[in-house]
Amino acid sequence: MSWYKPSELGFAVRSQLADIGLGARLFLRLLASIGTAFKRPALVRDQIHFMGNFSLAIIAVSGVFVGFVLGLQGYYTLQRYGSSEALGLLVALSLVRELGPVITALLFAGRAGTSLTAEIGLMKAGEQLSAMEMMAVDPVQRILAPRFWGAVVAMPLLAAVFSAVGILGGWAVGVLMIGIDAGSFWSQMQGGVDVWQDVGNGVIKSVVFGFAVSFIALLQGFEAQPTPEGVAHATTRTVVMASLTVLGLDFVLTAMMFSI
Amino acid sequence: MQRSNTDVWVGLFVLLGGAALLFLALQSANLLSLNFDKGYAVTAKFDNIGGLKPKAAVKSSGVVVGRVDGITFDDKTFQAKVTLSMDKRYTFPKDSSLKILTSGLLGEQYVGIEAGADTANLAAGDAISTTQSAVVLENLISQFLYSKAADGPSADKAKP
Repeated sequence: MSWYKPSELGFAVRSQLADIGLGARLFLRLLASIGTAFKRPALVRDQIHFMGNFSLAIIAVSGVFVGFVLGLQGYYTLQRYGSSEALGLLVALSLVRELGPVITALLFAGRAGTSLTAEIGLMKAGEQLSAMEMMAVDPVQRILAPRFWGAVVAMPLLAAVFSAVGILGGWAVGVLMIGIDAGSFWSQMQGGVDVWQDVGNGVIKSVVFGFAVSFIALLQGFEAQPTPEGVAHATTRTVVMASLTVLGLDFVLTAMMFSI
Repeated sequence: MQRSNTDVWVGLFVLLGGAALLFLALQSANLLSLNFDKGYAVTAKFDNIGGLKPKAAVKSSGVVVGRVDGITFDDKTFQAKVTLSMDKRYTFPKDSSLKILTSGLLGEQYVGIEAGADTANLAAGDAISTTQSAVVLENLISQFLYSKAADGPSADKAKP
């Protein structure tokens, strides 16, 4: 490799720019497809069913266990300061503001994102997408758009389920197992959690993550090399890139919400 | 349009998500107890508000009767101007007094209101003139040290 040669460097920058441009164009086309996607709601509905309903089990189980662990670890820390009644507040704020959207997005990338990439990559490898174009059917409108909007709809709902189930898990550990007073558990939570500041911002985060994860999964599938190795690499890249993007976006969003 | 079995499951999924959001809003954030009808606004000037923050409670006998709406600085009198939004259900005499108190040793600061004896009640836009500032620990310590220093020699003489 002669990366120090100006021509090599120039080529690398140019191909990177081309990739970014392709991604941005696909993203804009997906955004513009909202009208046509919801003109055929059955397609979007099937995708919500596939990505939402079938992800419920993993999301709910993870939520319960994250809630359990938060309850135990939170109690361990709080009881040193003699404020174990604040456990409800700790669990609710951690889940609603941070862990609910982020862990749901990471799980969603692994559960639904990979299947999106593999499905579209294989469609491309089997030349089904080219065949659709031959029949004057736009594969972005017919195949990608319903998946994109289905994921955008399913993601915030899954995050809300995760947070709610997690709070119940924290309640089970804190109140039933450790024996914190149920009244103070809930009243501390209700006193400290704000509907717009905390719950609302969590929902905004999960919507943004829904856009990011589903777009990355679709882009990787759409741009995959049409070979078995290409699809395998694309699926791996989906998980890696989606996870990193979610964590990075999470920091940016939290910093923005902090400063407002 | 054709109805199918998937519709039922997707509908249930959306309902479940909605129920979870509702649970978060009602049970953890307590949306219902927020007062949507604005109470009547009362202003008061304090020499020092300490660590009082907007949305802090206004309490009388420990019961929340209002919220701090806003805190601004008045550069004419060089005092803090605090706007309180009082709950409509409760009325207080015009000569009620305000104090900035702390719940517990290190807890949050809130405004305590003590009823006066006037027959007329506070109305929207009124100003409360009798206020007591927050206790600032540094001032308290320096006062204590000054008083110690002031009667230091006499205390020495008193010793045998």
